[in-house]
Amino acid sequence: MIQALFNIIIFPGLLFLFVLALAAEFVDRKLSARLQNRMGPPWFQPLADFIKLLGKENILPCDADVHIFKFMPVLALTASATSFLYIPLWQSKALNSFNGDVIVVLYLLTIPTLTYFLGGWYSRSVYSMIGAVRSLTQLFAYEVPLFMSILASALLANSWNLSEIALFYSQHPGYWLFNFIGFSIALISLLGKLEKTPFDIPEAETEIVAGSFTEYSGKLLAFFRLSIDVEMVVGSSLLAAVFFPFGLGLTPVLGFILYLVKVTFIVCLISFLRTVLARLRLDQMITLCWKYFAPLAFLQVIINLILKGVFLK
Amino acid sequence: MHNSQDVQVPFGPQHPALKEPESFLVTLRGEKITASSVKIGYNHRGIEKACEERTYIQDLYLIERICGICSHSHATAFSQAVEEIAGLEVPKRALYIRSLIGELERVHSHLLWLGVAGHEIGFDTLLMYTWRDREVVMDILSLLTGNRVNYGMNTIGGVRRDITPAQAKEVLKAVDTLEERTKYYIKIATQETTIIDRLSGVGVLSKKDAISLGAVGPTARASGVARDVRKDDPYAAYGELDFKVITTNTCDVYGRTVVRVLELMESYKMIRQILKDIPEGAITVRAPRKIPAGEAASRYEAPRGEDFHYVRSNGTEKPDRVKVRAPTLANVQAVSKMLEDRYLADMPIVIAAIDPCFSCTDRSIVIKNSGTRNSKTVPWEVLHVQSIEWYKEHKGIDFSALNKKYAKHFKI
Repeated sequence: MIQALFNIIIFPGLLFLFVLALAAEFVDRKLSARLQNRMGPPWFQPLADFIKLLGKENILPCDADVHIFKFMPVLALTASATSFLYIPLWQSKALNSFNGDVIVVLYLLTIPTLTYFLGGWYSRSVYSMIGAVRSLTQLFAYEVPLFMSILASALLANSWNLSEIALFYSQHPGYWLFNFIGFSIALISLLGKLEKTPFDIPEAETEIVAGSFTEYSGKLLAFFRLSIDVEMVVGSSLLAAVFFPFGLGLTPVLGFILYLVKVTFIVCLISFLRTVLARLRLDQMITLCWKYFAPLAFLQVIINLILKGVFLK
Repeated sequence: MHNSQDVQVPFGPQHPALKEPESFLVTLRGEKITASSVKIGYNHRGIEKACEERTYIQDLYLIERICGICSHSHATAFSQAVEEIAGLEVPKRALYIRSLIGELERVHSHLLWLGVAGHEIGFDTLLMYTWRDREVVMDILSLLTGNRVNYGMNTIGGVRRDITPAQAKEVLKAVDTLEERTKYYIKIATQETTIIDRLSGVGVLSKKDAISLGAVGPTARASGVARDVRKDDPYAAYGELDFKVITTNTCDVYGRTVVRVLELMESYKMIRQILKDIPEGAITVRAPRKIPAGEAASRYEAPRGEDFHYVRSNGTEKPDRVKVRAPTLANVQAVSKMLEDRYLADMPIVIAAIDPCFSCTDRSIVIKNSGTRNSKTVPWEVLHVQSIEWYKEHKGIDFSALNKKYAKHFKI
């Protein structure tokens, strides 16, 4: 009981996740700043920002639905933090696992986007509402390629259980290399999920101020921002678990370091992409996802089916 | 006109995309813009009227502060008009120095614009890069004039500071650096896929529309209208300089970007030529304090387009009338046309593409007998009396007893 509580609250649960999330935000901000010829923030800046926001006044718009407005940031944080429990990190076994948890993780990772929509919609501000609708429109575009590319990997492993998928790839070394297309698609879709450039359409500053978050301030905004950071770590961990499932049998310390390296690598890729690309328009984004990414993800599914049929009988 | 699907989005007067208070009210259906209206006038500063209250030399500094970016353009246009009325022959060296500062200003304005354009399409990396390089030209301007923005270089009858050979060398060195960087930006602007996707086909202004709406500067040149005061009506040293008027026929925001980055290259060429050919001699002639009665109009190709100044003098040391038409006023009419059938996401870049400077543009306009309102001309004294009456009636503020009491002291 105490062991389980420790695991959930401190390590590798909430506290560790928050530290990792803030560290990921730092890496993201620092790297993109250096790429843009800027100095970038000091290492404690994400934490300082978080504490500062916690101390600020909560301003509630008078037209907003107060309960939903207040509840959404908490729900976003809870959903993304919960999904962390099902992802195998540095061992082939996750903290908690059952058959079909890959679906649950993907589903839990969809909830934050839904909360951006509801939070924005019930702010009743015109910028928030446009941002909210854009979040949801974008969700329908990137979600299918993301699901297909992750499920393609699961298909090869013949399991809907993340821990078993990790186990399969550690027993069949080298097979994860075949999932390269899937990884690229999933990474780009993750940019959409995290609402980062080129897919930061729902919070395009120069068009709709801050999108769904326009009316949010103080603690509520702090939780929303933390939930985005957490989502970044969870998303990166998921990608690391599904597409880079090597070195899982190492000693805990080495495995832990390898896990950090994998997550940092994916975070670095995210911040590199968001630095070198311009924001797309919503219609361009949807065309891109349905016309190119969805067929490519489907190609990955076919490749994996052939692999499975030919080599893994 | 509005049905239930339409959403009205206020785009300003306070908005992150706008650096100055200006209002664009757009009606959206989904992401599409169905109607838009432009409203200027939030930043009227009464500069033209203030000019009438000051001497010509004081006006020069006031005029320079119309715009923070093209300050030299306004100051030069104003001094050209005054010099024309006074019949002053400005020394050649002064004209070359004016052109030099003008071209350096164009370089810093275009680099600034490129960064802003990058920011508007969510490409902040471009903003960071171009603004870093803009520092090079800002440093050069402060080396030559002592200031980064409002240079105070012009005076009636010439310029106030000479250029030493050592300074000329620094300028050439900076131009070499900038030229190399600009080549890189040309490559980015013409090859980077996401930029091209966001810019081409956006904010289309056909050649016919550009002419009929009176667009000026890079906005007009990108629509294939070779309109450039430096070529059409040469002033300062431009008659003797060798440069091309850059035009494109794409008519969109992409074309406006290309025109601006290629103009940068032309500017570097001109700066080199100016520093090579600059004649020796005096930099100013003595201007009279009282300018003889007369009127003159002056045109200047500011980085954003044609800047027009009109000055009327009445033989005293203060002008009778000063009229400024900043380039944005000519271009802002075209914005509604460019926004037709576009997406909300294109709005910031379409507005930014005319390189708007709204504070320079804001003038008060009195419409007399327009037919819709009962308008009449009210003299200042009557207005004064009316305002006192209004406050007495509506706010209960009444100073008449006090005024009577102190009348003998102040002779009101």
